[in-house]
This record gives sequence, C-alpha cells and structure tokens, in this order.
Amino acid sequence: MYNSGKIIAGLAVFFILAALPFLLNLGKANAKIEPSIKTPEINAMPVKQCVESKEFMRAEHMQLLNDWRDEVVRNGNRIYTSKSNGKQYIISLQNTCMKCHSNKKEFCDKCHNYMAVKPYCWSCHIAPKEEKS
Amino acid sequence: MKVVLPFIAVVVLALLALVGVTLAHQVEFFFGVIVPYTAVAVFIFGFIYRVLQWAKSPVPFCIPTTCGQQKTLPWIKHDKLENPVTTLQVVGRMLLEVLVFRSLFRNMKTEMTDGKIVYGSEKLLWLAGLAFHWTFFFIFARHFRFFFQDVPSILSMMEGVDSFFQVGAPLFYMTDAVILGAVTFLIFRRVYLPQIRYISLASDFFPLFLIFGIALSGILMRYMFKVHIVAVKQFAMGLVSLSPIIPQGIGAIFYVHLFLICTLLIYFPFSKLMHMGGVFLSPTRNMANDSRMVRHINPWNYPVHVHTYAEYEDEFREKMKKAGLPVEKE
Repeated sequence: MYNSGKIIAGLAVFFILAALPFLLNLGKANAKIEPSIKTPEINAMPVKQCVESKEFMRAEHMQLLNDWRDEVVRNGNRIYTSKSNGKQYIISLQNTCMKCHSNKKEFCDKCHNYMAVKPYCWSCHIAPKEEKS
Repeated sequence: MKVVLPFIAVVVLALLALVGVTLAHQVEFFFGVIVPYTAVAVFIFGFIYRVLQWAKSPVPFCIPTTCGQQKTLPWIKHDKLENPVTTLQVVGRMLLEVLVFRSLFRNMKTEMTDGKIVYGSEKLLWLAGLAFHWTFFFIFARHFRFFFQDVPSILSMMEGVDSFFQVGAPLFYMTDAVILGAVTFLIFRRVYLPQIRYISLASDFFPLFLIFGIALSGILMRYMFKVHIVAVKQFAMGLVSLSPIIPQGIGAIFYVHLFLICTLLIYFPFSKLMHMGGVFLSPTRNMANDSRMVRHINPWNYPVHVHTYAEYEDEFREKMKKAGLPVEKE
C-alpha cells in the first residue's frame, strides 16, 4: 500500500463518521415515549375523545393547528366542525386544546423534545402555567 | 433502454417494499432489521475495501493537472492554488475542489456556430451539482436527529436555517425543493443533450433515479402520507443501539424510503458514487507540482541491470584493438 499513513487516517475519519450513531448509542436503552393524557379535565370525560381521532391527531395535529390559525386570523372563523364526529368546537389553542391538555410538559413537549422539534406556537400564545415537576 | 431500465428498477424496488410490508407484518422484520444492517455493513466495509484497493495502486508519475503559473523565478507570480508546490497549497486546492467544485466551475461547452467551433462558459452544471451535493449533505445531516437521544444544537440550527421561512406545518424545508429541482436538472441534462446522452450509461441514471425516489418518498412522508414519527425515531434508535424493535403502525411509505436508502448504501461501494472517496485519491488533484524540486520515484522501479560502455570496453578491449577500433582506455 502506498501513502498508508494518509490513507489509514482518512479511512479512520470515514469509519468514525459513518459509525458515529452506533458508537454514541452503544449500550443505551431505547426510551419509551408516550404523551400523557392524564389531566383532570380528560379524566372527567365520560368518552375520551379529541376533536378528531387519535391517529389523525397524531399525524396531522400540526396541519390542523396551522389551518385553525389561518381560519381565525385570516377568515375570522372560530367554529370547527369535526370530521370524525360532526361536533362543533371553538377554534382556540389556549381555550380548546389546552383546556383538556393542560399538561404541556407531559403532552406537547414530551414528543417534541424527543424529536427535537421546536414549534413556534408559544412565541405568540401564552403557555399554560404548570407547577414545576 | 439505458434510461428506462434504471427507472423501472427504482420503481420496482419501491413497490417491493410497499407491497412487502402491506402484505405481511413479518416482512417488516426483513425490511426493518436485516436489510438496514446489511446495507450499513456493506457500505462501510465496501467503502474501506475500495479505498484500500486504490491505495494499493502505485502512482508512477507526478501528474497533477495544473492551470496556473508554476512556481519559478521570484518576480513571476506563482499561482498557489492552481499550481501547488507544498502540501498546504495542495490542501487548499483540495478544499476548493471538494467544497465548491472548482474544476467543474471551469466547465466549458462546445458548440458549432456558423460552421465554427465556439467554446462558451457553462456554469449551470456546476450550479446544479453544487446545489445537489450541498442539499444532499444538509438533508443527510438533518436526519441525524433520529439517531441521537439529545440532538446536538448544530443540527437544530441547520434545521432552523432550512425551514427559515416557516411555511406550513410541518415546516417546509427549502432543501427538499432544491434537491428535487437539482436532481431533475441532472437527469434532464443527460437525456436532453445529445453528446451527454451518448456517453451516459445505465449506471449514471440509476443513482439519479434512486436519489430522486429517496427524496420524493421522504417529502411525501413528511408532507402528505404522514407516518408515526415518534415510532420512527424509536425504530431508528433501536437500530443504532443494536437492540432493534419494530414499532407497530409506522406506515408503509417509511419502509419504501428506508429500502431505497438501503439500496443506495449497498449500491454505493460498487458504483460511481465512490467518487465521494475517490475525489481525495485522484493523483491529478492531490499531488503537488514539485517535479522540479523533488524527484518522484516510480514505485514500480526495480533494480535494472545496466552494462555501461566502460564495462563493455573492458570486456572487449583486446578484440576491439585487433579489429582496429578506437578505444578510450589503452
């Protein structure tokens, strides 16, 4: 082999970069991430039902919130009719969503932190007050 | 044929994963565990093997390609980057080559205009190539949020830059649009220009279609057919912590995306994509043009048996004298 010093140094850099995720997570346990829906408001509900189905909310909540914002801010429409149960809801992050999901830290932040997503909801809205846990 | 076949191959690969995971859930283990581990192993060790094979080939001559003034008399300005003589200058030249494709920037197009050959500047390929490679790198780096429990802030910063305009939700990434545009241009260029079409092979089209498929499936997954993203991260963390799990209900499109990426990783060491390592190993780029200062010895050289004239004369002196031939030593 020629120029073996440079070649091996280069390959070592390549190997470390390529295997970095494996090297950093060696022997680490996989965290189980589940947003908590244990709030007084939800516990008191006879049928635990969000504005749409759980699967829809899990995948599309960001889209829904975005649409809600546009409806209210641009069209002045504060009524949302659920596609799954036909019920009408008042479009409001603070008064509808967060009324039930008052546990932002255990509900919103749990997955968002895990996924390293930083939604910009709270740069305008006031986050619900929670006692520090 | 050389365009259609690679295209069909990519479509078939995508359908394979799509149909596979929708038919039976046991197949998820194959697509989610066996294939990714195989792909990563083939990629890493195949890459190292290819580089070691190259390293075994000697460089017989000092052959840097230069396009600037060589170092010479002190009052003639030396072009340090185009005609490097020291290792540091070579590093500078290589950095420009690897990061901004300096040699491609000089790319020319040749055309016949009024029966004359005309050379013109052609920057579009350079621009599209640069856009493609940099967005690919950005997107690749962004994906590392799936592999770290605590995501490094540099990745969050890159993501912030990428989604700077805050369009829609989930936030639209600029790189998504740029990479599709750039790959489309690179494919279109190979199909549209007759000279380029003539020299293009299936192995040129296949990676382009494959990368297009990967980008498209990723974009569809993010904006249209949304997957259970937390489960995707748990799946990814399971893979990298060597305790694989298959969470339920991820969504079939994720397996299409994953399988196409695995195909790319497996294909990588066998293909032209090895230019990723090869760019560092090309002698025309990585050698210093110091052939007037340092003697480059061909590593092939073996001790040649030489028979000098003096030795020849010693051997035949008497015979030469008898034949009346002049000799140097009496």
